[in-house]
Amino acid sequence: MTAAAPGDGAATSVAIDFARYHALVQLYAEYAYAVDSGNWDLWPGFFVDDCRYRLVPRENHERGLPLATLSFESKGMLRDRVYGIRETLFHDPYYQRHVVGAPLVRATSAGRIESEANYAVFRTKLDGPSTVFNVGRYLDIVVDTAEGLKFASRTVVFDSEMIPNSIIYPL
Amino acid sequence: MDRPEPAAVFPELLSWESAGTSRIPFAAYTSDALHRRELERFFYRSHWCYVGLEAEIPNPGDFKRTVVGERSVILVRAQDGEIHVVENVCAHRGMSFCRERHGNRKDFTCPYHQWNYSLKGDLQGVPFRRGVKQGGVVQGGMPADFKPADNGLTKLKVAARGGVVFASFDPDIEPLEAFLGPTILRYFDRLFDGRALKLLGYNRQRIPGNWKLMQENIKDPYHPGLLHTWFVTFGLWRADNKSQLLMDERCRHAAMISTRGQSGAAADVTQVASFKADMKLEDPRFLDIVPEPWWGGPTAVMTTVFPSVIFQQQVNSVSTRHIQPDGHGAFDFVWTHFGFADDTPEMTERRLRQANLFGPAGFVSADDGEVIELSQHGFEQKPFHRTLAELGGTDVADADHMVTETLIRGMYRYWREVMEA
Repeated sequence: MTAAAPGDGAATSVAIDFARYHALVQLYAEYAYAVDSGNWDLWPGFFVDDCRYRLVPRENHERGLPLATLSFESKGMLRDRVYGIRETLFHDPYYQRHVVGAPLVRATSAGRIESEANYAVFRTKLDGPSTVFNVGRYLDIVVDTAEGLKFASRTVVFDSEMIPNSIIYPL
Repeated sequence: MDRPEPAAVFPELLSWESAGTSRIPFAAYTSDALHRRELERFFYRSHWCYVGLEAEIPNPGDFKRTVVGERSVILVRAQDGEIHVVENVCAHRGMSFCRERHGNRKDFTCPYHQWNYSLKGDLQGVPFRRGVKQGGVVQGGMPADFKPADNGLTKLKVAARGGVVFASFDPDIEPLEAFLGPTILRYFDRLFDGRALKLLGYNRQRIPGNWKLMQENIKDPYHPGLLHTWFVTFGLWRADNKSQLLMDERCRHAAMISTRGQSGAAADVTQVASFKADMKLEDPRFLDIVPEPWWGGPTAVMTTVFPSVIFQQQVNSVSTRHIQPDGHGAFDFVWTHFGFADDTPEMTERRLRQANLFGPAGFVSADDGEVIELSQHGFEQKPFHRTLAELGGTDVADADHMVTETLIRGMYRYWREVMEA
């Protein structure tokens, strides 16, 4: 079957075999684990070298406005972000906790899956309550590599357009 | 303890230590009463406030909902192409009727009782104005002397220049050009030189701090080289950069002008603990800077127009940053990134890539919001105290270097003038 661009078409999905779906769910779960762990070095490892990672307000996404809140075009840029988080970006420290929904597979072809999933991220500052920090959905292109499934592209489209001050850690 | 505790931690009145403005009372940031006076005197009277770019409403009928201070307004292009700004409060029952953030309309209708307005804000339809005929008798209706012409939406004065739109509730406001003054106007016209603008998109953040802190942040050339290690390392903002700090004659607006230094290792001039000598980008495209003819020298010009907006040029990244207060302790900060209609695709890509440095997650901007939030924490704890803005002395004057807080002192000189009048 043919599918629209991820997330923008009708709610069509395609079936894939259980083992492959399991591998995809595992990728999503491991990603969530990694970005909540505080070990930011794990994050770039989920991507291919020539990757795209975009964090985009839903408003820009739906209006076709090209600006992203963050837009990275290589694994090197992701590593630069990790360095920034650790060494140069002053911020009030916080924990974050992702809850990711079941991935919806939009299209598949040889060695490639287009999928998406809803997510919610909670933020907990050291002296405060846990609050809803950012909610949205991932629009992904996942590819087979020698090290298993990796993101060729992850677009994080967030509903929470009014950002509670700042976003420091990877979503 | 080197400073005595005062009689009251929460003083009733704002008090300055001297006639100058180098020591700003914490209480200037913590009072709802003062905040309302600021809205009255800065946002609603005598000041042009930023409302948007013409490029956001290119076609007749296009509108954008925004604010002046804390009042909801609609920026709209009428069928004749003219730009209007009307208040988003129905003349009938006061409902803030427009909920969409942008769109295209032939007219505005309040959903409550269907009062209908032209895009210019004129009332053109009132259901049951003449009453309802029942059994040959007209029941109800508006009084015979009801005049639609007297019951339109509040229409703001509008000034557009170089594709940027300002509005004011004050019918007697001076012309925009006089409001900005010749010095600031020069830098405004440098960025908005008449070329058509191209909207690239928005970032929005709610910063839990007093709105003035954002004006101060961009009038403070002291911090970028210290807080923003990124800037220092790549020479975008260094203490030895050729630079100028200029104000309008009332010291309310300012331009921080800087030219990227090419000489000497950054370590020689930074003298700061935050400097990372070994910092190298894995992907240098973040800083793929290509000079543009319109720069005319400076690589960065940050213009603060009091009270509502900051115009950013940091190398190839250009944006407007709209300050939208929400009480004394918070404001929304809306970034509108743009380019120019004649940009090549490569230049558009470059502007978008450099936007990674700015905004609520940006390499050199995310931390500004953080420090503002934490300054507000400090203020709320002990409003009797005051900040120190004495780098470069206690006076107010233009400067040809970055090692001074003169622009902050200037802004508060103006603030006192207006608030104490």
